[in-house]
Amino acid sequence: MDKMDAKELPPADAGSKNQANQLVLGLLFGAIFGFLLQKGGVGKYEILIGMLLLQDFTVLQVMLSAVVVGMLGIWAMHAGGFVKFHVKPTRYGANVLGGIVFGIGFGLAAYCPGTSATALGQGNFDALAVMLGMLAGSYLFAEASGWIDRTVNRWGERGELTLPELLGIRPVVFVPLLAAVLVLFLVAVDFQIVPRL
Amino acid sequence: MPKQILLYAVVMLAAVPRGALAQTPQVDPGTTGPAWSPYLVGALIGVLSMLTFYFSDKPLGTSTAYARVAGLVGHLFAPRHTDALPFYAKKTPAVDWQVMLVAGLVVGGFVAAWTGGEITGRWLPPFWVERFGESVALRLIVAFLGGVLMAFGARMAGGCTSGHGISGTLQLAVGSWISLVGFFVGGVVTAMLLFYV
Repeated sequence: MDKMDAKELPPADAGSKNQANQLVLGLLFGAIFGFLLQKGGVGKYEILIGMLLLQDFTVLQVMLSAVVVGMLGIWAMHAGGFVKFHVKPTRYGANVLGGIVFGIGFGLAAYCPGTSATALGQGNFDALAVMLGMLAGSYLFAEASGWIDRTVNRWGERGELTLPELLGIRPVVFVPLLAAVLVLFLVAVDFQIVPRL
Repeated sequence: MPKQILLYAVVMLAAVPRGALAQTPQVDPGTTGPAWSPYLVGALIGVLSMLTFYFSDKPLGTSTAYARVAGLVGHLFAPRHTDALPFYAKKTPAVDWQVMLVAGLVVGGFVAAWTGGEITGRWLPPFWVERFGESVALRLIVAFLGGVLMAFGARMAGGCTSGHGISGTLQLAVGSWISLVGFFVGGVVTAMLLFYV
């Protein structure tokens, strides 16, 4: 009996301890993320709305730089067997419709879900209304989730599809190629080769 | 001696933001650009996402955290109804890694703004006031509505500007790239209608 308990307890203990560790890690990673977002200026209403009015490309520069570095890093780590991917399912109908609905909300709020939390920390109190709206909208979606599962989610459901799979190009070729294209695009935006409205 | 060093560090950390604030009393933080290079910030966010994949086996993402908290609030008022919703059978309402990440965003945003002398402390962004006037209620209603639509759209699309826009795109998920285009199409059209029509 004692021996059995001794055998069974450590993993359970380790599990809850690990869970607690992960909560602390989440807070730490969030604080770093928020710090970086604010320093990058994307907690500011003016910079966010400037992106949507195509006047200020800071948001684009932050996002695409993150994608280039993160993509090269995570695909390399994945090739080395250090990390697992977490690819969200592709559903053409839900991605397009949900994306546009999100975009309309983004245009109204200017802060997105992550940057609204950052903006609140910075002292933009109107971000609090966005966050409360996010809670209400999430619950509203949960109310509609049964119906959406039966309809929108079935339109063009493709599972965990990635661009290299879709295009039939090996990731080892596609990843550096896309990184190069994104860097060139950022350079073009920086030198204002892309026309600004 | 170590105590004195610690005390010195604390005093310096407290003094720096005050110094920064004193130097730029006239400049409005909303009208200044990013404090750091957006490319540097983006690259560091890319590195951060490598860390979250490695240490927490999770991609950076924020919108599901709102759904979980909404579930907790719903559980408080209507426990049986909330439990019966198919959405919450899959996404258990609980404080998890991602909820802590969003809490961290507020903290990180505050620390970054404070150390940079960019704390705003106001309900209305100046750029909004120029167009829509001084009504706090109007801004809060629009921001709330924006939050509702963003949460609904993010749940339908499967992620937001961080979950799809950074983490999903860097994993080259087809649905994430489609959603990201949807976010900006909806956002740009809405913002243009709001500010230019």
